[in-house]
Amino acid sequence: MKIEQFKPAIVYTIYIAATPEKVWEALTTAEFSRKYFSGFAIEADLKIGGAFIARAPDGSVHISGEVIECDPPRRLTITWNVNWPALVEKLGPTLVTYEIEPAGEAVKLTMLQSHDRDISDDILSGGRAGWPAILSSLKSLLETGNALAIKMQPPERMLAALKEMGIGTP
Amino acid sequence: MSKPEFVYVTYIETTPEKMWEALTDSEFARRYWFGTEVRSDWKVGSPFALVSDGKTTDTGEILEADRPRRLSYTFKHELYETMREPATKVAFTIEPYGNLVKLTVTHEGFVEGSKLLGAVSTGWPAILSGLKSMLETGKPLAIPRAALGKEELAKEELDR
Repeated sequence: MKIEQFKPAIVYTIYIAATPEKVWEALTTAEFSRKYFSGFAIEADLKIGGAFIARAPDGSVHISGEVIECDPPRRLTITWNVNWPALVEKLGPTLVTYEIEPAGEAVKLTMLQSHDRDISDDILSGGRAGWPAILSSLKSLLETGNALAIKMQPPERMLAALKEMGIGTP
Repeated sequence: MSKPEFVYVTYIETTPEKMWEALTDSEFARRYWFGTEVRSDWKVGSPFALVSDGKTTDTGEILEADRPRRLSYTFKHELYETMREPATKVAFTIEPYGNLVKLTVTHEGFVEGSKLLGAVSTGWPAILSGLKSMLETGKPLAIPRAALGKEELAKEELDR
């Protein structure tokens, strides 16, 4: 896979009152992710080529990927492929990069979702709705001790567009 | 290719009324807006200004003031010459979301090649992260003013 061919399609920046190490831990462990990421457990083998999985509460794998870049606690890039039939075949892989920089006494976290081809706004609408919710909840968890209970509607526009491409959506 | 604009969504544990207050109360805003006062009487047609260290940095006019749902104003940068572009528009949409608020900030109307767009794209996440921390923890976020991104532009001006 040639990382240079991937361009960011969604970028979200958020500042968090926590240490870089804590933010890294929250992004890469199930103990934290279950709370801010809709019950999904992140299981990460943090070395180049290691597996990176988001497992649903029922034990099934929702997102599967691989570690591409790993520089704790500064930078992590993983493939982030939702486990729906034909998705990667039709859309190519999805890359997610987390950049964690100190910013005074806080941390600047930037999430970049990248693709190696143009992806329609309809398909990107899912991520554009999802990432602010996930990362807002992560910030609250690290700053207040409690994640936010954000009731997201299913991303209908994205699901319809994926279905039209022949991708098996739930 | 869509028109250049900046959109930011955040979820905050607060009420729509408290969110409105946070956006429009000058004393409160100073605590998360890097010491900047937001000055207006918030009536449609009234002037609006951001004032920092006694200097007016940005001005505009109130377009919508539908408390506590939607606030919008024109936004024209005044301080740094490189960013004195035609007026843009900022809109805050405040939606209740269970016991949370979903805040959507849309900043639009930038010219092609806008320098202001880069500055606000850097500034808004810092300001809105600070707003969230203030409302949820009562404590300001201790991030440096450089996070607003304007220092680099200021330096460019001085170097000329």
